[in-house]
Amino acid sequence: MAEGAAPVLDVRGLKTVFRTRGGEIHAVNDVSFQLRRGELLGVVGESGSGKSVTMMSLIRLLPSPPADIRKGEVLLNGRDLLKMSPEALREVRGARVGFVFQDPMTSLNPVFTVGDQIMEPLREHLGMTKEMAERRAVELLELVGIPDARKRLKSYPHQFSGGMRQRVMIAIALACDPDVLIADEPTTALDVTIQAQILELVKDLRQKLGMAIIWITHDLGVIAGIADRVMVMYGGQVVEQAPVGELFANPQHPYTRALLQTIPRINGPRETRLKVIEGQPPILSAPLAACPFRARCEYRHDACDRMNPARRPVDGRPVGQGHDVACHWQAPARVEAAHA
Amino acid sequence: MLDTRPAPLVQVEDLRMYFPIYTGILRRHTGNVKAVDGVSFSIQAGETLGLVGESGCGKSTVGRAMLRLYEPTGGRVVIDGDDVAHLPPEALRRKRPTMQMVFQDPQASLNPRMTLAQIISEPLDEHTDWSRDKKIERVHELMDQVGLNRRFINRYPHEFSGGQRQRIGIARALALNPRFIVCDEPIAALDVSIQAQVVNLLEDLQDRLGLTYLFISHDLSMVRHLADRVAVMYLGRIAELSPSADLYARPLHPYAEALLSAVNEPDPAIAARRKRIILKGDVPSPANPPVGCNFCTRCPKVMDICRQVKPDLVEVEPGRLVACHLFESRQAAGTTGAPEATERNQQGVSQ
Repeated sequence: MAEGAAPVLDVRGLKTVFRTRGGEIHAVNDVSFQLRRGELLGVVGESGSGKSVTMMSLIRLLPSPPADIRKGEVLLNGRDLLKMSPEALREVRGARVGFVFQDPMTSLNPVFTVGDQIMEPLREHLGMTKEMAERRAVELLELVGIPDARKRLKSYPHQFSGGMRQRVMIAIALACDPDVLIADEPTTALDVTIQAQILELVKDLRQKLGMAIIWITHDLGVIAGIADRVMVMYGGQVVEQAPVGELFANPQHPYTRALLQTIPRINGPRETRLKVIEGQPPILSAPLAACPFRARCEYRHDACDRMNPARRPVDGRPVGQGHDVACHWQAPARVEAAHA
Repeated sequence: MLDTRPAPLVQVEDLRMYFPIYTGILRRHTGNVKAVDGVSFSIQAGETLGLVGESGCGKSTVGRAMLRLYEPTGGRVVIDGDDVAHLPPEALRRKRPTMQMVFQDPQASLNPRMTLAQIISEPLDEHTDWSRDKKIERVHELMDQVGLNRRFINRYPHEFSGGQRQRIGIARALALNPRFIVCDEPIAALDVSIQAQVVNLLEDLQDRLGLTYLFISHDLSMVRHLADRVAVMYLGRIAELSPSADLYARPLHPYAEALLSAVNEPDPAIAARRKRIILKGDVPSPANPPVGCNFCTRCPKVMDICRQVKPDLVEVEPGRLVACHLFESRQAAGTTGAPEATERNQQGVSQ
């Protein structure tokens, strides 16, 4: 992860709004981040925090209406995806950016064989002949660890188990050797032993192929094991962003800190009582005029009600490069919060 | 082994739950899905037993068959002195108030057309002849207990968030003062920040009301936090049943070991150091389980005997029960000596 190298993906001030009958929902609010070559960025947040909508907005996968991308730039190798023609965008999706969704059953087409579905992007985007595509499809299935790959090309999705289907999804996403792979809760629907298989696979593939990955999850455990950098989202905005070790050792935002304390550990002493984040996530029916976390925050003060905090650097490096946080409150220097 | 302790509140013996498979035009009975295949355990009054395993291992089916939401194929389920699996209908109805369930999906388990008052008082309508006022008073009391604002009594489920809905489900389960509650993945559908709220509530209620829980979950860290003892299930059978502290410190069964090693610890330092045991392949179909040990197709320590003989769940250390041939020699060491002898012996018995 060469510092200073031009990012593969540069997202600036992204804002997405849903227009519904009940009014507007401000799902993504001024989200900016960069992704460098070979880097794995973990995106953490609860349901409704805007993490999936952000990533769907990047490659304009959201139906419009109701979704409306109001503002922002999404630069993939310098080209703005939000200004692209539908044809050019079609080329980007699948070929330059791969997507793996949470539920492999609903994102695979049940009436086509797995082979057809892997070969489709190859023939569509790379113009391969049927024979070439088939050879490549076998390679891809072998790459993601599906035994007897040639035979399995003729199988239908229902003939695969959940973990195998997710491997197929990954194979499809990797088919055209994308620059960026976006994985939206790819292991959430899987059991832990299968999840472990997929995580090992992704680590392995990253080393082999060197692509940049965005990994969306609500599971901090997964993030700890796999990410280089973590972005924590709340209320449709980025509340904290840091290298993975730094985030877990020195969390700054009260939400991140609380989140790390609400989950019980499998090692170490057993907690007598779990820490609770009281209250509910905010409903984003208006643009944020104040901190979205203030209603649940134990460090709330006047400024939090008056103004939505901007991201500020924590470790001296510019926002987006090192550790930054969007909070009015200043955490006491270097606390052992995560392990206390 | 339980001689020194008081009689357990819940005693499950050789519980079996088979779902028949019918095939062909004549719908002939051609086989069974052995969802639960000979499960035995006991739960002391006031104790929380964790039941963990991956999807399809039969853990939810155990909970449902115990409360006779399914008709068990075989075995006994003694709850507070009565064998629930064999109670006649009227006696079962009278028994229901003592045993209740909290379901995984509060959205699906609450009737969207009923108000909160109607949902929580439904068990009271069914099992008591109380006046309306008395029922409302009890509903208020229950709402206080689970932390729901009394003002919400005439609202409908869709007006509540997931965590609040789960509180409604818990209040309903508590309405008749049960002694035993099966919690079937009660937090799986909730966000992380809400999970802790519900878990703390369950713990408070247990302290206050002396409840006994069977806590079914696939979240191994949460089970460690909640349970006194934990049963690990694999493909319809219990692989290991140990006190929580022992299991998490040193799992004995190879499956329990692999399962625990796969849990993601939210700490990059530990994640980097730790060695995972990555299991190959997938869980076999419960319609056609292996002849020998159910785990033999994926076990990293598999031996010949594992493919031929199903191991029994036996106590290999004080309080720790394991179903694995690796530990059989340890258990039988005093009597037979050589492991080979045990092996031959076992095979002879089973054939």
